[in-house]
Amino acid sequence: MILAFVETAHGTLKKTALEVVQFASGLGEVTALALGSIPDTELAKLGQAGATKVLHIADEALNGMYSRAYTKAICAAAGQVHADVIVMSHSSTGKSVAPRVSVRMQCPLFAGVGALPENGSMRKTVFSGKAFADLAYQGGKAVISINPNSITPVLSDKAATVEPLACSFDDRDFDYTIKQTIDESGGHIPLPEAEIVVSGGRGMKGPENWGPIEELAQLLGAATACSRPVADVGWRPHHEHVGQTGITIKPNLYIAIGISGAIQHLAGVNQSKVIVVINKDPEAPFFKAADYGIVGDAFDVLPKLIEAAKKLKQSA
Amino acid sequence: MQLLVCISKVPDTTTKIAFVENNTKFSESGVQFIINPYDEWYALVRALELKETLGGTVTVINCGKADNEQIIRKALALGADDAVRIDLDASDAMQVAVNIAAFAREHTFDIILTGKETIDYNGGVLGAMLAELLDLPYISLASKLEVQGDVVTAEREIEGVKEVVEGKMPCVISAQKGMAEARIPNMRGILASKTKPLQVLPAVTAENTVHVNAFSLPADKGGCKYVDPENAGELITLLHSEAKVI
Repeated sequence: MILAFVETAHGTLKKTALEVVQFASGLGEVTALALGSIPDTELAKLGQAGATKVLHIADEALNGMYSRAYTKAICAAAGQVHADVIVMSHSSTGKSVAPRVSVRMQCPLFAGVGALPENGSMRKTVFSGKAFADLAYQGGKAVISINPNSITPVLSDKAATVEPLACSFDDRDFDYTIKQTIDESGGHIPLPEAEIVVSGGRGMKGPENWGPIEELAQLLGAATACSRPVADVGWRPHHEHVGQTGITIKPNLYIAIGISGAIQHLAGVNQSKVIVVINKDPEAPFFKAADYGIVGDAFDVLPKLIEAAKKLKQSA
Repeated sequence: MQLLVCISKVPDTTTKIAFVENNTKFSESGVQFIINPYDEWYALVRALELKETLGGTVTVINCGKADNEQIIRKALALGADDAVRIDLDASDAMQVAVNIAAFAREHTFDIILTGKETIDYNGGVLGAMLAELLDLPYISLASKLEVQGDVVTAEREIEGVKEVVEGKMPCVISAQKGMAEARIPNMRGILASKTKPLQVLPAVTAENTVHVNAFSLPADKGGCKYVDPENAGELITLLHSEAKVI
């Protein structure tokens, strides 16, 4: 049995939940585990990606991420269904919980994997996206965390059955307190989960010029990002910084505007399926990594893209 | 307060990655090695700042062979009081965690700090493994860290959300951008680093749980298709009907 630990937020499944179940269903029969307050009707949707059963610990104390409590819950669920393999997202939660589960269950951890096992190994990106490593896996006990946006769920109309799971916690399982949770997304999609990302660099000349980037992003349903120099000088918030020392992302489409494409920046974005580069310098190294390019001034090009995106949206 | 900072040796961020021995080994030829930026810029510098305001010591620990001592000396030059190198050619986070935990059990630390991940293997799992092995709280992805008495307050920047978390020492914390500003060692620090204690300890036996069969590089793109800037709107059409991504 494969146990898929899915994350929820505000009573709904996170985007990664279906990715995790989809990945798990490529390994065997899937039981999912969800924690905290979420309606059964929402959890039943996990059947669409291949879960037959969902275990639900509806304790509202689990609405916040407490790595020790989560570890206890996951180990309890794994014991209940005799799971050999536990799959979760390589999200902030997965990074805090998967290593604990791996230590507690004494089984190897495959962290940040991007694809199902193939020919005796699982592929993950290393060197911040500059290379891949194939990690030996011949089956057997494992904890696997998968990179967000690596797996495309193929949905059916099946529903999973939802069963409550009892698990008792004590104070030690909640070994810190979450004092405050501040939403900084401004209602936008979190960057690591975004399928389309529009990103600006020093070529934008100043924070006051971000309007068109935000407008284009909104029209495309995209998240916004930036290069390191832009975050360093405070034109944009640090959580938008993508690159080797920022966030590594893997969207379907990455549009880089006024970013030259230093090796450290490329490392964070070069797994994007399609890369568009807009830069007035034809020698910008980013063009070598691009699928589509426009050699031109961002301030001339952006209004044309916005106009075309509006037309596309109207025709859809 | 006693602070332990875990540091890893990684290739410089500008390194062009290549592999040798039939793609089973990272090519170190001509590579400049540095302290993993998250470990140095944020975890170590914040530990030094806490020591400067609250008193105590900062110990750095690294798992590696003798050639890692160059980066360990840099940590000492930045201001760490002493260093430990566990003589282990580690290839697995679990091995590193078991070894650092074995050392930490023999000593008393209020906070164990790691970077949020290394820029070579990108696991980001060491801190949580240590916390589990040492039965400690773990606060991950902290972009801010304050200490008052035995209470730590951290800000965690996670998927579109900032969380303010309060916990008690001893604990394990992973650091990310925002926690501190990178420092450059000064001449006094560099001179002092040569005589600061650097203890070498034998590794404890820990199974290598994950093996790399082979490394590979991403396939080259098929070349860039250029769109005329005068007719930039055409790009949207291509992305919609050719690339099918919007």
